[in-house]
Amino acid sequence: MGRIIGIDLGTTNSLVAYVDDRTGLPRIIPDEHGRALLPSIVAFTPDGLLVGEDARRQLVRRPRSTVYSVKRLMGRGYDDVRDELKYLPFAVRPANGIVAIDVGGREVTPPEVSAAILRSLRERAERHFGERIEQAVVTVPAYFNDSQRQATRDAGRIAGLDVVRIVNEPTAASLAYGLHRLKTGRIAVYDLGGGTFDISLLRVDNGIFEVLATNGDTHLGGDDFDRVIVLWLLEDIQARHHRELACRPVELARDGEAMQELRLAAEAAKIRLSAEERTTLTIPFDDFTYHREITRAELEQLIEPLVRKTLGPCRAALADAGVTGGDIDEVVLVGGSTRVPLVRRRVQELFGKTPHSQLNPDEVVALGAAVQAHILAGGITDMLLLDVTPLSLGIETLGGIVSVLIPRNTTIPTSAREMFTTSVDGQTVVDMHVVQGERELAKDCRSLARFELRGIDPMPAGMPKIEVTFLIDANGILTTTARELRTGKEASVEVKPTHGLGEKDVERMVEESFEYAEADVEARMLIEVRNEADTVMTHVRRALRQAGDLVAPEERGSIEAALAALVEARAGRDRDLIRERTTALNRATERLAQAMMDAALRGALGTRRAAELMGEAEPPPRSPGDR
Amino acid sequence: MNHFEVFGLERRLGVDTEALRERFYALSRQWHPDFHAQAPPDAQGRALEASARLNAAYRALRDPIARIEYLVRLEEGRETKEGAAVKPQAPPALLEEMFEMQEALAEARAGGVLDETARKTLATQRERLMARLQDEEARLIGPLSAAWDAATPAERPAALAQLKDALATRAYLRTVVDDLGQALADGAGEA
Repeated sequence: MGRIIGIDLGTTNSLVAYVDDRTGLPRIIPDEHGRALLPSIVAFTPDGLLVGEDARRQLVRRPRSTVYSVKRLMGRGYDDVRDELKYLPFAVRPANGIVAIDVGGREVTPPEVSAAILRSLRERAERHFGERIEQAVVTVPAYFNDSQRQATRDAGRIAGLDVVRIVNEPTAASLAYGLHRLKTGRIAVYDLGGGTFDISLLRVDNGIFEVLATNGDTHLGGDDFDRVIVLWLLEDIQARHHRELACRPVELARDGEAMQELRLAAEAAKIRLSAEERTTLTIPFDDFTYHREITRAELEQLIEPLVRKTLGPCRAALADAGVTGGDIDEVVLVGGSTRVPLVRRRVQELFGKTPHSQLNPDEVVALGAAVQAHILAGGITDMLLLDVTPLSLGIETLGGIVSVLIPRNTTIPTSAREMFTTSVDGQTVVDMHVVQGERELAKDCRSLARFELRGIDPMPAGMPKIEVTFLIDANGILTTTARELRTGKEASVEVKPTHGLGEKDVERMVEESFEYAEADVEARMLIEVRNEADTVMTHVRRALRQAGDLVAPEERGSIEAALAALVEARAGRDRDLIRERTTALNRATERLAQAMMDAALRGALGTRRAAELMGEAEPPPRSPGDR
Repeated sequence: MNHFEVFGLERRLGVDTEALRERFYALSRQWHPDFHAQAPPDAQGRALEASARLNAAYRALRDPIARIEYLVRLEEGRETKEGAAVKPQAPPALLEEMFEMQEALAEARAGGVLDETARKTLATQRERLMARLQDEEARLIGPLSAAWDAATPAERPAALAQLKDALATRAYLRTVVDDLGQALADGAGEA
């Protein structure tokens, strides 16, 4: 049998790992440039798909067809995500109970976008091992419901991967820590990623990792921190630059490119403020450059309500496990957002002890997924994870009230049986509505599926005894079977998932995935040089507009000629020509850059920095933030 | 196989939870699907089924109250759980007191915002009921469970009836305590 890889499919970044046979330790597989993290971003370009770092460079240039944070849309209906759509620059539409993203003439579903990320990781692993990889363990937030887990598994199938196990992120992290660090005792795993929050409490005993309780919020993470910073910045920009803004053709908040610039700057500032007390934001817009300082105290004031929102689920999990914060022996931090000092302080206060973070919070989940993969492959026999289902499973009864069949925090796999009968003479079909959640009324819970029990022999009302078995497997995914007890006949169960893809949809997407493959090396290099050309042209146009009068008219003329030449080359597919003319344009603007530098030194340009305007330096490298 | 049989236990309410956990871990090592992932499909299916049964059994037996609820169902021949579609009814002994309470609650709810006096009254009543709830649970786990375990076959129906009554009282108290908590939270939110 083949090798099983472990994949952390994150909101912000994704990783792939395996267990080294020789050392027995999990290792991250880097890409050809030695990078561990694959940004979870997919750009749909006319020349093919771009994934990861290549796609990230398209965020500002193609905001409408570059999809990020797609994990927040996985297994969700339109109504679930409506509120946050206004913050996304791409168009999201309702589509048969789930959502679809319009990426320029084509609609893709969240599992297809995730599949592009999974395929890229699969290929990374295949290059590493020099063999085909067909099986993977993929992690999901512990608090993911059935639809979200199904969507993740569908994404694997579309990517040509059999997802042999879906494992919860915090529990995966505990496995990675558990290899040699954890003794017997109770541990809390606090996992705050880019888009999701989980808290899991475990009892570790001699290689058994028993999850006692889990809780969380699948819509809370570093993305939300960025969002509150962006809103705050928007307000400040509007207050300080209202004159320039009045001249803009598009309102700033509706300008996809500008909003992406803002979001990326906010994220970068947030990351810097984890290490520094204050930092400066500089955001060049077409007609002005925004510049301001932000302190850690200001950031903390902005994100405090969000950090506080994580504490409720922590307390609920403690209550479910029947323990208090003081009973927890060790606290483990997972997810890039746990680098934020305020988050660490709040966690420490709640549990009364210093949290662990020896393992890189960006990598620990993928390492744990690799450990779980190794367990499934038979490579580890002394470690066993006993995970739980995060949400109660129930069926809708008379009056729309939920009857709970499997309570939350039940160890999985688990099953429950329930008897059904008919209410009308001769009835041959019985309907069932299965929901997940903690609310009393079905309409307040998550609708998983509507079932139809068919093939019941016609009998007087109340006579048939149909036994329905609900089984939640080790992936946290539900399957249902039914049997009529009087005749012993298997009743057929027709499942209509409320928020999922049908079998046929998935098959079609598998086929289509070959059609819309990742851009090949040639195409990728072309996109890359065009990108570079676009960046330089944007900077030059901006510089001419803001400081064109600093050089002689002839000089200006030759810059404009070089610019026109590049515009022409960029329209073609000759990579060398584009690169050549990009270099030529850069050279043509050397004197302008110098003049701007001098002017900046003399203060003539105010706070604007010449180098920034000219874009000589690449934007500062952003260290990995959230998963 | 019922939940007691999964662990090789008699139908008794006194259970050593530490020993139960040890046994649960040992059986998990035997049956958990993780350790059968490379087995043929039918063996995988058997492991899944056994593991699901084990986990359901552990869930029902590890908590003393859940254990009593399960025993009552088992003794009455109801292996599966009945839908909790209707709210528990007030046991006769509590009827009058509860009636007053529900009235006060309805009044408070109709008003929307609770004034200070109403809040205090409700909070005091909630605390009192909480104490009763704890007493009832202690009685269930303590003397009533012991009575079941000591009962001769002839005495069992009576012991079972006592357990049932106490469970009903507990379920009812639980609901009212939750309702009061909710009313206090709502009232606070709007004040």
